[in-house]
Amino acid sequence: MSLSVLFFVLVAGVSLAAAVGVVVSRQPVHSALFLLTNFAMLAVLYVTLAAQFLAAVQVIVYAGGIVVLILFVIMLIGGDTNDFVAPQRSWTRVTALGLGILLLAGLLYSFAQRLQPLPPNPEDLVQGGVPQAVGTALFTRFILPFEVVAFLLLVALIGALILGRPPTSDDPEAALLQQDSTGR
Amino acid sequence: MVPTSYYLILSGVIFAIGAVGVLVRRNALIIFMCVEMMLNSVNLTLVALSRQWGNLDGQVFVFMVMAVAAAEVAVGLALLIANTRHQESINIDEIHLLKW
Repeated sequence: MSLSVLFFVLVAGVSLAAAVGVVVSRQPVHSALFLLTNFAMLAVLYVTLAAQFLAAVQVIVYAGGIVVLILFVIMLIGGDTNDFVAPQRSWTRVTALGLGILLLAGLLYSFAQRLQPLPPNPEDLVQGGVPQAVGTALFTRFILPFEVVAFLLLVALIGALILGRPPTSDDPEAALLQQDSTGR
Repeated sequence: MVPTSYYLILSGVIFAIGAVGVLVRRNALIIFMCVEMMLNSVNLTLVALSRQWGNLDGQVFVFMVMAVAAAEVAVGLALLIANTRHQESINIDEIHLLKW
């Protein structure tokens, strides 16, 4: 086993263990920290795939932005979970595991079938995903999708602001909804 | 050089773990994290195939996916916060106001 494959196996093992940790943790905070580990390991894998720019973006956007946002919300609302104490329909877990194994089998089957005759050709991508190459592609061939994504982010920002706004008392509809939901 | 199929198999396994998490867990926040994990595993597939074919389009696409994921997280978490104004729990079995 060559050194790069050994490194891949180590990183992949950590990332898989973190993925399992996200699913089985009792505390949502632990899940979020396992998720952070998973994202960091994926950033390492991006570096081994010659996508340096995406590795940096992964750390900044996912680890720095999304996980911190999720942690804030956990502190705000989701500190406890009753997944393990509340009575559940007994068949859901077994069914979910069965479906997951089915999905995994299908994915692995298709990957194994399609990818045997395709050896990687690293010579074509010597530059890799350095910021210059990705930036040139983004601002020339993909300028329209780039602008659309910028607009999408603006819309999401406004939507999050409106959704997160505290309900005003002079809005009769909101007051009615509040009364209705607390009355039940 | 690590073969591309190794990366694809890893991303498939992570995707399946995330899907099982979405099906098993009842806490809306943890379901959210599992969805993020599934998005990330597909990103890994795109980057691996981008190297395989010597083409940068896959990496540009991953950049777009990351932007959409960030927007999705902001709106989704705002929805959860708005929901907790009306009811205490974030157990998805109890969030059924819009369920037919």
